[in-house]
Amino acid sequence: MKKFSSLLHNLILTPSRNTKIKLLQDYFNKLDINRAYALAILSDQLSFQFIKASKLRELVYEQVDQHLFDYSYDYVGDLAETISLIWPTKKEEKSQNLSTLIENIKKIKKSEINKEFSKILSELSNNERWTLIKICTGGLRIGVSERLVKTALADLYNKSVNEIEEIWHGLEFPYENLFQWLKNEISKPKIDFKKLFHPMMLANPIDEEKDFKRLDANEFQAEYKWDGIRVQLMVSSNSVALYSRTGDNISSAFPEIIEATNGDAVIDGELLVGRNFKPSGFNDLQQRLNRKKTSKDLQNKFPVFIRAYDILFYKGKDLRKFSLIERRKYLEKFQKENITNQIDLSTIINFSTWKELKKYKNNFHDDLNEGVMIKLKNSEYLPGRKKGYWYKWKKNPKLVDAILMYAQRGHGKRSSYYSDFTFGVWKESELVPIGKAYSGYTDKELLVLDKFIRNNTINKFGPVREVKKEIILEVAFDDVFPSTRHKSGVAMRFPRIHRIRWDKPINEVLSIKEFKKEFKID
Amino acid sequence: MDFINHQLFIKDINVHIDPILPKKTAIITHGHADHARFGHDHVIATRQTIDIMKIRYGDKCAKKFTPLRYGQKYSIKNFDFTLYPAGHILGSAQVLIEKNNHRLVITGDYKVGKDETCKNFKLVKCDTLITEATFGLPIFQHPDPKDEIQKLIRSVKINKKNCHIVGAYALGKAQRVMNLLRQQKYNETIYIHGSLEKLCQYYSKEKINIGKFEKVSSKDKNFYEGKIIIAPPSALKDRWSRRFPNPIICMASGWMTVKQRAKQQGIELPLVISDHSDWNELLDTIKKSNAKNILITHGQEDALVYYCKKQNLVSKPLSIQGRSDEEIE
Repeated sequence: MKKFSSLLHNLILTPSRNTKIKLLQDYFNKLDINRAYALAILSDQLSFQFIKASKLRELVYEQVDQHLFDYSYDYVGDLAETISLIWPTKKEEKSQNLSTLIENIKKIKKSEINKEFSKILSELSNNERWTLIKICTGGLRIGVSERLVKTALADLYNKSVNEIEEIWHGLEFPYENLFQWLKNEISKPKIDFKKLFHPMMLANPIDEEKDFKRLDANEFQAEYKWDGIRVQLMVSSNSVALYSRTGDNISSAFPEIIEATNGDAVIDGELLVGRNFKPSGFNDLQQRLNRKKTSKDLQNKFPVFIRAYDILFYKGKDLRKFSLIERRKYLEKFQKENITNQIDLSTIINFSTWKELKKYKNNFHDDLNEGVMIKLKNSEYLPGRKKGYWYKWKKNPKLVDAILMYAQRGHGKRSSYYSDFTFGVWKESELVPIGKAYSGYTDKELLVLDKFIRNNTINKFGPVREVKKEIILEVAFDDVFPSTRHKSGVAMRFPRIHRIRWDKPINEVLSIKEFKKEFKID
Repeated sequence: MDFINHQLFIKDINVHIDPILPKKTAIITHGHADHARFGHDHVIATRQTIDIMKIRYGDKCAKKFTPLRYGQKYSIKNFDFTLYPAGHILGSAQVLIEKNNHRLVITGDYKVGKDETCKNFKLVKCDTLITEATFGLPIFQHPDPKDEIQKLIRSVKINKKNCHIVGAYALGKAQRVMNLLRQQKYNETIYIHGSLEKLCQYYSKEKINIGKFEKVSSKDKNFYEGKIIIAPPSALKDRWSRRFPNPIICMASGWMTVKQRAKQQGIELPLVISDHSDWNELLDTIKKSNAKNILITHGQEDALVYYCKKQNLVSKPLSIQGRSDEEIE
């Protein structure tokens, strides 16, 4: 555990990618028993059933005064770090093997969690405690992607990272076949590709200035970009399964899709809510999200369908090395053979110049359309976000000027800075908050805002500071909906700070009435 | 204690403690820039603090200086002032103010732990305590500085092709890091940023063991491989640090307790070495001072005020103008 926690400590503090790879390789090269656990942790595949963030809070409140903990957490901005620092340490530390420790934790009975897990935390060093809590809460956020871990392993054993990527989702803890293959002790593990989730191909945002100059419009095709849930649908004669972008099986939440689909293929598409293949708003889609099971009533009220973008396998044939154009032919064939109310095809936009495409990007007035996708006609289906193949070109965001009202310290890399901003518009002579944003600004703007907030606080409500009403923020957002949960009656989708409007006096900011009128709410 | 206001100003006799703006009479606890300023008429401080002020701001930075020894009483009308060691940096002092049998102590910045570069902190019993709270949260529990400096020495041994640049405040922290290295038998020449030179010379003159040091010069790039360089934190991000071979950026500061802070500042090797008291030392000092009235300033006051109230002590934060948290050390 000592070695693994100092690995994480060094990884989080190392800015250089090459040094990170080297640190990972040094670790994986030496260790044998613990490497499987390390790999599971670094790729976010390990978690404990009973120990989550809320449990950890409960445990820490048993150890230290709740207020003192809250003050500290507000300052640090990271739960694992706050708990590890504030936890009363024993004089005698008792270090354990990473693998032993994890197995011991797994064995703890639910009724004894509080006692047993607290005991373990007390016996660890500060840094080990931090590591263990990070493991429990999942998502290490130490600046190391799953991809980087794979790259480090591939380089260490002279394999290509794509080879690892291909079999990755078919591997299981403790990855014996992976390690043996890496060391050339066995041949590459055989995986039943049809049963597997295949990592999706993702797009990069287009850089209008740079990219359009160098890219030839004739080599690309465009489609509308839909803002639903990206899914992978796996159909074979005896089973149908639906996976989310991260590879989670979400079949049980969408029974109508599973029941209606036939054929033998792996399809990439967007899950949307709507009737007759006409998508309705994101609000409707949200009614279907994060549910394990779905009632018939909900299915009738908010029916879903898949808008298919791509096809990876057709009747057992791996199409991923085929070009997009060829894959599209297979996709159309699949659709014709298996007509359902649950799958339609993404429309291809005809255009010959980028300027022409721009019209399509902005003219489409649909809630869920968020711009266009630009795809290289020749592109293979490549996992991950490879540069040069697929691009996304988003619609211009909606903009509104609003007044900064409250601020709160951020978390993670922005901890300690006042970086979460609540802003509002007028309601008669008072202000009413319309949203909260914690991104979009430049580092420089953040420093300016942080300083303003520290020097202009007029009220403190716990961690929240109310500030003098002087700063106008131009807020960009994707959409806005009516909402009964908010005092203002509106809820914004993905608001972010576009810029600070130093030039505008606060009395020129809209009223909530004007705001609703402008964005057609009610 | 009504005689002093929240700006640490004693109106009756027109005396300020650590004022930000030029004043008639200023008692200065120590030489850091957020406490010692240019332009007062009359400065009362320890000899070493006065020396440091002259080094930093010139001989004429005040019209008149009155040096006091630790423990020496100095009276203005019916107010008696005595300075006691604060253990923060060379020359640092707490101020005891006595009036009509009421004893009030302003700790200034202080640390309780051992430090060879200055006189160690002396606990002064009092009725009212005005304490700093730079690290006034229970997450701050400073480790043994020897272990921290060993991390640096180990890293220097392992990474022979790199140079280590240690960010440390020019006054106090830099010399403490040098002294700690010497205590741990690191006997190589230590290279310093130009802005540290005069203060390092002064520490040497005052017989503080900081060993052999040399100003960084435009030598062959590879010369600095395997060397330790000490620089003020502001220089770490500057072009200045780019001239060195594969620098490993280190920082000696109590803030380095929090990994996220270290990461934000681009620090690869954080060294938790602080010249302020940690949480337990703050609580201990409050308790042992016997003070019933606790005023808290400089830093994370909220948690400490809350704690004191729980102990049935009268406590409130003192917001001194011109000082924001997290900038001081």
